[in-house]
Amino acid sequence: MSATPDTLLQVRGLYKHFPIRAGLLQRQVGAVKAVDGVDFDVYRGETLGLVGESGCGKSTTARLVTRLLDPTAGTISWEGNDIANLSRSELKPLRREMQMIFQDPYSSLNPRKTVGTIIGEPFIIHGVEPDEGKRKKRVQELMEQVGLNPEHYNRLPHQFSGGQRQRIGVARAIALKPKLIVADEPVSALDVSIQAQILNLLRDLQRELGLTIIFIAHDLSVVRHTCDRVAVMYLGRIVEMAPSDLLYGHPRHPYTGALLSAVPVPDPRLARNKTRQVLTGDVPSPTNPPNACRFHTRCPKFVQGTCDVVDPPLEPKEGGNVAACHFPLSDEEIASRVPTAAA
Amino acid sequence: MSEPLLQVEDLRVHFDTEDGLVKAVDGVSYTVGAGQALGIVGESGSGKSVSSMTVMGLTRASNAHISGRVVFDGKDLLAATDEEMRAIRGGQIAMIFQDPLSSLHPFYKIGDQLIEARRVHHHEESKAQARDRAIEMLSLVGIPDPRSRVDSYPHEFSGGMRQRVMTAMALINDPKLLIADEPTTALDVTVQAQILDLIMKLQHELDTAVVMITHDLGVVAEVAEEIAVMYAGRIVEKGLADTIFAEPEHPYTWGLLNSIPRLDTPRDQELVPIPGRPPSLITRPPGCSFAPRCPYVRESHRRIDPVLADAEGPGHLVACLLPKPTRRALWSKLRDGVQPEEAKQAVGIPETLSASAPEQEVKA
Repeated sequence: MSATPDTLLQVRGLYKHFPIRAGLLQRQVGAVKAVDGVDFDVYRGETLGLVGESGCGKSTTARLVTRLLDPTAGTISWEGNDIANLSRSELKPLRREMQMIFQDPYSSLNPRKTVGTIIGEPFIIHGVEPDEGKRKKRVQELMEQVGLNPEHYNRLPHQFSGGQRQRIGVARAIALKPKLIVADEPVSALDVSIQAQILNLLRDLQRELGLTIIFIAHDLSVVRHTCDRVAVMYLGRIVEMAPSDLLYGHPRHPYTGALLSAVPVPDPRLARNKTRQVLTGDVPSPTNPPNACRFHTRCPKFVQGTCDVVDPPLEPKEGGNVAACHFPLSDEEIASRVPTAAA
Repeated sequence: MSEPLLQVEDLRVHFDTEDGLVKAVDGVSYTVGAGQALGIVGESGSGKSVSSMTVMGLTRASNAHISGRVVFDGKDLLAATDEEMRAIRGGQIAMIFQDPLSSLHPFYKIGDQLIEARRVHHHEESKAQARDRAIEMLSLVGIPDPRSRVDSYPHEFSGGMRQRVMTAMALINDPKLLIADEPTTALDVTVQAQILDLIMKLQHELDTAVVMITHDLGVVAEVAEEIAVMYAGRIVEKGLADTIFAEPEHPYTWGLLNSIPRLDTPRDQELVPIPGRPPSLITRPPGCSFAPRCPYVRESHRRIDPVLADAEGPGHLVACLLPKPTRRALWSKLRDGVQPEEAKQAVGIPETLSASAPEQEVKA
């Protein structure tokens, strides 16, 4: 990355509240605050990871950024222009530049269309390659590029394994040479031996095509390996953000610390020596999130009178991480709990 | 040494299907001692779930051909009648599944489901007694306020809490053996940590033997004392957890260990995917079933079917035709991040075969 990072996407004050309606008149009785005030930048050429537990708003954030959902409030600047309120037709040219890869390679491909049609679809939609012969050639080049046999052009999705289907999804996403790819849990449905194939493919394509990637996953080891920077979300907000080495080396937010401490390490000796910090209870409902710091109900460092009264701002902490916490973790607290602290 | 609690010997489970005979489990043997924890690791289609479901008598369909022996507490379960199996299932052997929502009946209060599970095996108990037992179990698995929660419906619990309820139900009759089939796969990592801690605590407090089936090497490293690695319906490597992670000898185990990103290694360490994909269980390749994906394969490995033979450590078994010194030399390279191709060049793969090659039984 260059010294002055070039911002591709800038998100400020992003909100998405899904209304809950009830009664005869379907009056709004509340809202699921899926994304509740999120700010972040995505730099050109980087991979930004979004992690968090189910329901933390990471997928909603991705769908807002790609404008598959309309934000309740906030700005999304794409190369300097706010796209948060663009109409469908205004968005169409943008769609070429941002593409998604989905989690489930089974349901994200139309079972009745051949692979050639699926990968060729973006060319038709955007009127890029109307000539069928040329289109076929380009699709086959794409298939080659993602490690599929171009002779399988006329096969249907069910004739491929999970890993190969995910390659089809990748080929479709890179077909129009987008600037940004949003990959929502792209490897979590795959077997472990296949995961690495797809992760390496994404990395190679990123280098080749200069892609910017927003990578969403719940697997913290995968995110560490894949991403340059990572944002940790909890109940609709970013609680910590830092370059991967810093975030995994010295997490400052107690939630990040707890997440990392909970990851099972494939080494029995290390597992025995680690003091695992187990969070108690469940994530509170996003309909009615706790006041002030949202993590205070489960936080091991909770201080009454502060954490439940004053909302901590997202600000730089020791070591360079940006975290929203009044009492960030110290290096001593990290050492015994987080397996990456030493690595 | 006393008799192991569970002894599985040369278990084969084949299914007739329209496409042909699926050899889901093809000669699996293992033992679990009382209070011990065995981890069975494998990918989808490796036969890890089918083998344990067969122990529970859950694969007895008309198209299933089951052979071998499954001896539990001195009794051959494959020879047991359906009625005898019903008495054992949920009583002395209990199981937890991956998806806690579809394993609970949505219309009944969890208390009623727990009471039923208890009284099926304890007819003499009154409903009130069984209810007390249900509350006791809910509190054991860490459900807050069990006295009122016993009257809740499954949808009123979160995923992690449902898995706790399932665990309470599995343990309500003090089973000697708990089979946990991917119990934490559907859960978030913080909840996974809670459930794993719970299973280990119960194993130690109640002296329950545990068979943990998973694809996650991290999960077995935390829970299991012994590990069996399954591939294409067979165990390809087995040994103490420490041995399997520190000195694995099967190329598939190496592949698994080097293809996962992990938190305790440098961030830029290259992932080494296993090329190709698992073989079809209908037309299994002749010879070693891992041969088509193995970087160290020799021509003879495609003909000769390896059997489990002694490896280096105590109780460490491996089904690999590479000679022992070659395996050790390869792993010492791979462990330090050397790519398979370079490791192969540096070590050299001899034509000689290991003790895994059955001399007379070389299949044509």
